[in-house]
Amino acid sequence: MKYAYYPGCSGHGTSVEYEASTRAVCRALNMDLVEIEDWNCCGSTPAHSVSHELSAALSARNLMQASKTGADCVISPCPSCSSNLKMARYRMQKPAFKARVDELLDAPTPANAEGGADLMETCSVLQAIVENVGLENIASRVSYPLEGIKVVTYYGCLLSRPVQVAKFDDPENPVSLDNIMKALGAEVLPFALKTECCGAAMGIPDVNIPGSLSGRILDTAKAVGAEAVITACPLCHMNLDLRQRQAARISGKPFFGLPVFYYTQMIALAFGLPKDAMRLDKLAVNPYPLLDKIAERRKVRVSAELEAMKAAGAAS
Amino acid sequence: MKIGVFVCHCGSNIEATVDTATVAKIALTYPDVVFSEDTMYTCSEPGQENIVQAIKKHGLDGVVVASCSPRMHEPTFRRTVERAGLNRYMFEMANIREHVSWIGRDREANTNKAAELVRLAVEKLRRNAPLYAKQFDVTKRVLVIGGGVAGIQAALDAAESGIGVVMVERESTIGGKMAKLDKTFPTIDCSSCVLAPKMVDVAQNPNITLYAHSEVESISGFVGNFTVKIRKRATYVDWDKCTGCGTCTEKCPTKNVPDAFNEDISTCRAINIPFPQAIPKKATINPDYCRKIKEGKCGVCAKVCPTGAIVYDMVDEIVEEKVGAIIAATGYDLVDWTVYKEYGGGTYPDVITSLQYERMMSASGPTAGHIHRPSDGMEPKNIVFIQCVGSRDCSIGRPYCSGFCCMYTAKQAIMTKDHLPDAEAFVFYMDIRAPGKMYDEFTRRAQEEYGVQYIRGRVSAIQPTVRPDGRVGYIVRGADTLLGESVEVDADMVVLAVGVEGSKGAGNLAEKLRISYDHYGFFMESHVKLRPVETNTAGVYLAGVCQGPKDIPASVAQGSAAAAKVMALFSKPKLENDPQVSVVDIKRCVACGKCIQVCPYQAIEEVEIRGQKKAHVIETVCQGCGVCTATCPQGAIQVAHFTDNQLLAEVNALCLS
Amino acid sequence: MNITRLDKARDLKFKRQVEEESGQNLSTCYQCGKCTAGCPGAQVYDRQVSQIMHAVQLGLKEEALKNRSLWLCLSCSTCSARCPNNIDVAAVMETLRMMARREGWVQDRPIESFWKAFLDTVHATGRSYELGVMADYMGRTLRGWGNLEIAPMALRKNKMPFIPSVIHGRKEVARIFKRYAEKRS
Repeated sequence: MKYAYYPGCSGHGTSVEYEASTRAVCRALNMDLVEIEDWNCCGSTPAHSVSHELSAALSARNLMQASKTGADCVISPCPSCSSNLKMARYRMQKPAFKARVDELLDAPTPANAEGGADLMETCSVLQAIVENVGLENIASRVSYPLEGIKVVTYYGCLLSRPVQVAKFDDPENPVSLDNIMKALGAEVLPFALKTECCGAAMGIPDVNIPGSLSGRILDTAKAVGAEAVITACPLCHMNLDLRQRQAARISGKPFFGLPVFYYTQMIALAFGLPKDAMRLDKLAVNPYPLLDKIAERRKVRVSAELEAMKAAGAAS
Repeated sequence: MKIGVFVCHCGSNIEATVDTATVAKIALTYPDVVFSEDTMYTCSEPGQENIVQAIKKHGLDGVVVASCSPRMHEPTFRRTVERAGLNRYMFEMANIREHVSWIGRDREANTNKAAELVRLAVEKLRRNAPLYAKQFDVTKRVLVIGGGVAGIQAALDAAESGIGVVMVERESTIGGKMAKLDKTFPTIDCSSCVLAPKMVDVAQNPNITLYAHSEVESISGFVGNFTVKIRKRATYVDWDKCTGCGTCTEKCPTKNVPDAFNEDISTCRAINIPFPQAIPKKATINPDYCRKIKEGKCGVCAKVCPTGAIVYDMVDEIVEEKVGAIIAATGYDLVDWTVYKEYGGGTYPDVITSLQYERMMSASGPTAGHIHRPSDGMEPKNIVFIQCVGSRDCSIGRPYCSGFCCMYTAKQAIMTKDHLPDAEAFVFYMDIRAPGKMYDEFTRRAQEEYGVQYIRGRVSAIQPTVRPDGRVGYIVRGADTLLGESVEVDADMVVLAVGVEGSKGAGNLAEKLRISYDHYGFFMESHVKLRPVETNTAGVYLAGVCQGPKDIPASVAQGSAAAAKVMALFSKPKLENDPQVSVVDIKRCVACGKCIQVCPYQAIEEVEIRGQKKAHVIETVCQGCGVCTATCPQGAIQVAHFTDNQLLAEVNALCLS
Repeated sequence: MNITRLDKARDLKFKRQVEEESGQNLSTCYQCGKCTAGCPGAQVYDRQVSQIMHAVQLGLKEEALKNRSLWLCLSCSTCSARCPNNIDVAAVMETLRMMARREGWVQDRPIESFWKAFLDTVHATGRSYELGVMADYMGRTLRGWGNLEIAPMALRKNKMPFIPSVIHGRKEVARIFKRYAEKRS
């Protein structure tokens, strides 16, 4: 299936590993990504905090650019970008709002029969993988299962909220990442803070906000026995990974030492994709002890299987 | 014909926005109207006397009263004209209060509309004819559906007065929800100690026939003469032989059956007696779990039963009972609280419902009255109670207050302190609703005497975590709106005061009873204030929570009230039908049989008149709904008092004049 | 502290305006506090969400608009997801923030500056550029030093490129900002 791909600004900066692994995984899953030509920033939280029209106008330009790709749907790895693009289309269904946004643009957005804007739909890459590719497909591609490592999944705020716009998964107890991780052979622990806010971009003005919020998420993850945290959001990842030491200090805890992965990195790992497809070197918290553990367990499992095969062969 | 018109002021209710004197004056211009006047309160004693005198003085043979809704005073005025010697159906009412004065302020427009409505009534009355009721026999037995405390009270009161009672209970024992409770508020007396004697009375009263483990299959007939089919669900135990000794239960090897009586916090055997005071105290096999029934293996209970009561191939049985009245007392079920994913949606073992907590505290419950949390058996130190779970919540479609949760939460908090003096009880509430006798004092006692900590605010989420000692803890994230801060409690156990809704299958039963019910499965009473235990179907009454949330005293009161209504109904030697029933014009009827098919009351039969097949209405069965009239292709069947002629005269009065 | 004379202070026009702009019916709020209970910003708010909602209900404009909470709101929508009365509380908060800005009542300059720095970068290049936003923000406010703690790691991992990416259509984007600025003034 062909998708108009919107990478989002952080793909060039703080989340290069997400960008790389997303592209590699999509390729492996036969998802045809056509990057939207000359896309611009969606405006993120600052834009919609200042003006819904400004925010929608920035998104509308992208959605109009997207229609040149000939795809049916825009996908973005970033929940915040996906949410903004979705929200713009949602709000612009109202003709009055569309008119106000059109005034900001070089050319007005195309109209549909009801007088709303006729723009392409957006979903997150996660949603496209779960709903269009399917878990069976993912499971069938797994060459190197994750050997039952214990993980918690962390979704953040925007993947399934606001409910009426996101229309994906459960806003309180989402399970899409859980199902993917299970398909990859990890053990997913129950985790009540799946959608608790990490502090978003508030770190720039005040590090204490994400520090304490992320500290709590990491502390609980550690308490329930997680060996890693799995996320799908660049901003969440920055707060949990890059700011992990800061979070520990601010919340008065010893360093958690919890590796935080993008789910796409884990898919790439389980599929056996080359290391360029994972960019594990970009992670702030050292992931290698955990990867060693996976390798160790695999060795034990494979040799046990080998022994069993030998025994079965001897018996017959 | 001589018609008299009386236009009521209803104090200022009508007079304030309708010129009643003018309406009366206009009415005099209508055909056949010979007398017309406006009166202050037509329904008052002098008002009625005035009508009687006018009928006599002017020789009236029909009366129109323009006042309120006929639902309010039609029976009143029908009796009035009857007192003056007229047939009660020679009366019509024009509703100029609900339909005019209360809904518009324009006095001139209102006055015109009121006059038009009076014209309507006059035109109808000109085509009215005297109607006479038929008398019919009454079966003086009552069906009570549901054996909770409301149904038990209704059954005992009715039986006491000599009325035969048929009680149908879905579970294998009566007692309902009250039997599950450990204590009751505001006295903290033992629930089963109060209820058990009444349950025994039900079993021992010769006037009461009890069908437990049974459901109402179908109901036909009408007030005074209902025929009820009851499905006796297979128990796989011959209850005539079963002595309730419990040997089977002891020896049954299948031990993993969820114990419904204990709200699934424990397990029981595949053959089971719910609790020691069960009535009837008989064993029942759960066929979903019994190995003999499922796989043909085992048969232990049959081997050990000293009376040979086990019947593995038992099937459901349908029995028929004739009754003259029905009391629905089907109670409630808890709202499905697992929709609250933020509270774990049922996946956190130590987040339990208040009913589960009640079983936990009960001496006859699975923990013998000791409070241990389900996950690891730990004696909890911090217990959080969350109120309004599934109540007052539009987001899950349950906007109403469940009424008694505030009180039982206070009770459970007090009992927690009784059981575990060192424990801390936190109650998150929105408002404390305690308007009963000694109720507010009770919730105050929880706080003043027992030190229960009340916090005003809803809980946003319950988040389990693992404490350094390896035990699971539950971070309860709430708000203290009085403090204006968000607050947290690290709880060992959380008790949810889950709200209530009509019991499962209530809607289905309502349709069998032909009564109305609301979105939440509660049955609709006839009048919310003045006819709280009656329904709009004659002979069908309500008792207890099936009508709306209420506590034990109110449920018991309604049980007695419903029984009293049945006694009043049965006090007459014969009942009279409402003569507003269908009448067949046999000249037009072609016996196509369509009316027979559509009649919801089976009130139309086919008869032979002089060798020709015709439809015939059984007058005492017909309820005058008019479905047959609308269906008849020949226009051969008409509802008396609502004939096409009468209705068209009303339409013409409005449209042609 | 002044005693509020409710008969005089209530500005119900303000309440209606909030309702209109946010599309939410504030009268349905019964002050249960569930929004406050789940709010990740509650610990740093100077007025809790439920209190702000109540201020709007009362028509107390200043109480509703003059607080830092509106700027500290993380827009996570937890409040909206859990409101028992189906109020999109986050949308109300966003509406109030815009109204406060119109009134000139910005109560948290640093956050406002961060947003401004972010949007200025988008205005100039068509994309956001983390290092540029940071530098701009710190230059404007002389704050944000806490972030230096993570800078070495970010730089070591090469997660903050020094060269911004600039799009061809940046003038098109700039025109969006220009028209927006013109319309607002």
